[in-house]
Amino acid sequence: MKENSRRNKTTWDARHSKHLIPELIGFILSLIVLSPFILVVFNAAKKSADIVISPVAPPSHWGQLFINLKNVIGNQNFSYWKSFGSSLYITAVSLILLTLFSSMAAWVLVRNKTKWSQLIFMMFVASMVIPFQVVMLPLLSTFRKVSEFTGIPMLSSYTGIITAYLGFGGSLSVFILHGFIKGIPKELEEAAWIDGCSPENTFFQIVFPLLKPVQMTVLILNGIWIWNDYLLPSLMLGLNGRIKTLPVAVSSFVGSYVKQWDLILAAAFLAMIPIVILFLCAQRQIIQGMVEGAIK
Amino acid sequence: MEGKAKKITTYLPAAIGAAMICCGLYFDFYNRDFWGRGPLLAGGLLLLVISLYLVPGKKHRAMVNGLFLLPLIGAFFITVLIPFIFGIFYSFTDWNGIKFTQFVGLKNYGQMFQAPDYLYSLLITFLFTVFNMVSVNIAAFFLAILCTSGVKGRNFYRASFFLPNLIGGIVLGYVWQFIFNKVFTSLVAGSVSMLTSPNLAFFAILIVSTWQYAGYIMMIYVTGLQGVPKDILEASAVDGAGALKTLLHIKLPMIANTFTVCIFLTLVNSFKQFDLNYAITNGAPSRILGAKAVASTEFLALNIYNTAIARNRYAEGQTKAVVFFLILAAVSLTQVSISKKREVEL
Repeated sequence: MKENSRRNKTTWDARHSKHLIPELIGFILSLIVLSPFILVVFNAAKKSADIVISPVAPPSHWGQLFINLKNVIGNQNFSYWKSFGSSLYITAVSLILLTLFSSMAAWVLVRNKTKWSQLIFMMFVASMVIPFQVVMLPLLSTFRKVSEFTGIPMLSSYTGIITAYLGFGGSLSVFILHGFIKGIPKELEEAAWIDGCSPENTFFQIVFPLLKPVQMTVLILNGIWIWNDYLLPSLMLGLNGRIKTLPVAVSSFVGSYVKQWDLILAAAFLAMIPIVILFLCAQRQIIQGMVEGAIK
Repeated sequence: MEGKAKKITTYLPAAIGAAMICCGLYFDFYNRDFWGRGPLLAGGLLLLVISLYLVPGKKHRAMVNGLFLLPLIGAFFITVLIPFIFGIFYSFTDWNGIKFTQFVGLKNYGQMFQAPDYLYSLLITFLFTVFNMVSVNIAAFFLAILCTSGVKGRNFYRASFFLPNLIGGIVLGYVWQFIFNKVFTSLVAGSVSMLTSPNLAFFAILIVSTWQYAGYIMMIYVTGLQGVPKDILEASAVDGAGALKTLLHIKLPMIANTFTVCIFLTLVNSFKQFDLNYAITNGAPSRILGAKAVASTEFLALNIYNTAIARNRYAEGQTKAVVFFLILAAVSLTQVSISKKREVEL
């Protein structure tokens, strides 16, 4: 009996010492990886002079955080709530339209096996290679021409930037949805068709609800990209334009408050916090969505 | 009677829509600055679409197909395809961002490959791509092994390694600029910021890029490692293979495909690096090459941006962008052919 318990004890010890080192490594690595975020919070809660004294020490008065945040939120170049609202509006509308339109397009492309549909699909796939840099300059001139010609403002307007996100996000979304729809049995739709259901109703009432899991991937992948994108909004909306997304607002703020690190880090803190909260709420879905998008 | 009514509901909106578009186009062509031309065009288009939708009978399905494809393809044409074609065209002209006056043939390309700042940028981008690919993949694979080894708190580790990847490169770039300029210099007393030396600034971007990207690639490796069938692992354990042996001889060959995906993903993304480059150094500091000063950390994407936007040389920037595209296309084609080959072997 005694013998037995001792043996149990040694295996218990062995198991723990075996895991102790990886655990320690994991803990230290997480700390290193998270340290920039910790530094942001620390220094966003200091006065400029305190940062000079020590940028790594925890702040002496956490109340300074709210003073800094208040200063930054009210700042003309940053105007947090307005930029946050613009970012949210652009991301939300782009995502809704992108999910809807790419589901519709992918369904048509899967269910009609003609030369044309294959050509269009190939075009979408091939265009995924095109980097933004090669289209960004002519994109600006094309949009300028379209708005001159039609009178619908495309540059520095919500219409324009949302159209651009539809165009740039469409290829990958169609590609992902195409792969999924191929796996849905056709019989379901044929039955509805025989019952006299119109094609658009068949799609919206039968196919569309089935796409939910893969639409989640499309939403997350495009959502993170659109929310964080800098180059496209900075070119289309301008750094000091009427509409600013959050990354553009941060950049414009940094440009006008060079080296005022207490305020810059407070702005960075405000820009990060929405995504961090979202990540804490939907960690599993976000990681899964982004990884699935990469593998396909 | 009913057929007649149906015809009217189909053709009436079509006719009104066409009339509205014609009116709008009339104002456009004669440069009348009438506020209503935008709404006229949009409204006319909407009416046309509705009338197409109302087309009865057998053609209805074809119409629905077309209408389902229309919004996405329309957006795709105007934002990707047309600018892409124009972009290649402009690279052979003296385009200034608004209009061009003459064709210059391959002059832009010739000039570009003689400019030392471009050649330097090309070289340093290649270096960065290779360095970053190696460091990200090594870090990511190591982290993936840690996260699949069954340690306590692995979900927390995973989440914290993944987090940097969710925040935009611009914001993170400014944060790291602070860390390099203020934090590191205060930790090592008397040291100057890494960002003031051309060589160290390159490694500074490399550090941040690895930090930001490794967590993402790690998750792809984790997915790959978890996909290795349990019975194979059990069989190897029964045969007395240790952890290291299992890793080298079982897991590594089983996830060869994951390696290909990750390597090409990091390859393409490192090559396209813009946000961090722009926010951390924006090309600074300058390095003396021969008798000329060039921006020492200006990667290709930033070089294209600065050429066109900052220096206002659009044709030159566009030409660089076309070459940028050609390199990326070559990389992607290589990836496709490699994965095709593997499929054949399996």
